[in-house]
Amino acid sequence: MIPESFDYQRASSVSDAISLLHQHGEGAKILAGGHSLVPTMKLRLSTPATLIDIGDLTELKYISDKGDYLAIGAGATHWMLESSDLIQQKAPALSQSAGQVGDVQVRNRGTIGGVLAHSDPQADYPGVILALNATIVVQGSGGERTIAAADYFTGLWETALEETEILTEVRIPTDNANANSCYLKFPQPASRYPYVGCAVAMSTAGGSCAEIRVGFSGVGETAFRDSGVENALQGQALSESSIAAASAKAAEGRSVLSDVFVSEEYRRAMAQVYAKRALSQLS
Amino acid sequence: MKVSMTVNGTAFEHDVEPRTLLVQHLRENMGLTGTHVGCDTSSCGACTILVNGETVKSCTLLAVQCDGADIKTIEGMATNGDLHPIQESFREKHGLQCGFCTPGMILSSWQLLERNPKPSEGEIRHALEGNFCRCTGYDNIVKAVQHASQQSA
Repeated sequence: MIPESFDYQRASSVSDAISLLHQHGEGAKILAGGHSLVPTMKLRLSTPATLIDIGDLTELKYISDKGDYLAIGAGATHWMLESSDLIQQKAPALSQSAGQVGDVQVRNRGTIGGVLAHSDPQADYPGVILALNATIVVQGSGGERTIAAADYFTGLWETALEETEILTEVRIPTDNANANSCYLKFPQPASRYPYVGCAVAMSTAGGSCAEIRVGFSGVGETAFRDSGVENALQGQALSESSIAAASAKAAEGRSVLSDVFVSEEYRRAMAQVYAKRALSQLS
Repeated sequence: MKVSMTVNGTAFEHDVEPRTLLVQHLRENMGLTGTHVGCDTSSCGACTILVNGETVKSCTLLAVQCDGADIKTIEGMATNGDLHPIQESFREKHGLQCGFCTPGMILSSWQLLERNPKPSEGEIRHALEGNFCRCTGYDNIVKAVQHASQQSA
């Protein structure tokens, strides 16, 4: 399977990539790791006229501690995230989810920026990014702007990223809840995409839940924060019964995906099971 | 467009269409047919090679993305006719039946042992998740990787 013909441009910097995007207009697509885009091009589901390759830009491949937050370059690969001690300490949910994306070869090439720009409803990161209360940094010809994770995912395959903008950085707050976070996944056994991906960040004080954020991937048309679970546990003493009561709220009132393998009812039940496991693990 | 890369220590330069896949470039332009095409959808791992020391599925990369890259394929694993210890271990432990998946298995095993020289059985199975053996010879493949790991004590 060979893609349709296209024009290939290798960007020399982020600003070069932005001017190439303007120059080539609507038919241009940004190529990062290429592990979502190239397969869709091979199937001819996607036929961009121009690819602008940012995959080799070292200025986008970094993980650094900025004090209040971790700054992760959009070009950081899943393997970089999976193997980073800094992320393991400050945001374990992110390294756990990175280590469960695809397989080793995919994790060597695929990037966090690519996943978030592509916004596949079945991707692992979106629920994690919401639970970690991340900020997404994008650049366009007018300069840089930041988007809260909560405002970023706008629908199925849709994000707040504009056509001529490039996602450049993900910022993860270094708060107590993120340091005590996890990601548990019920994967499709062949594709490894999550039927349910549950990310929880929770800080505790004196045996009670001080702050909690819960994000789900794979469950709905887009990743979501689950305020039902959060509100049920916030400020409560952590016990088997309070965790059971909170996790029973998972995906309540949400539209839930259904497919030939996993019905809506089963997926909703598994969202509750995975929420309970994640909350128990962090308590 | 012009694409140059070093493959198994030899520098190559070719004029390729941007849509040329890396695996196609290796097989058709360089004659390196040890890299196989199985599923062609980045699932099976038969096309696994090393690009700048990391395993990738060469059916899901464009040759133009690898301009300037250092590439190793199965043909580059042996030295002067002596099999690489991982290849030797696959032979010793019968880690192949039909052999179709073997080049990819060898390179994925190389990546694992480079990052984790003493993996557990579970870690070996997890690291080889991106490589399918349709003969289902997984038990002996795992034994081969364990054998290779012990050889490099």
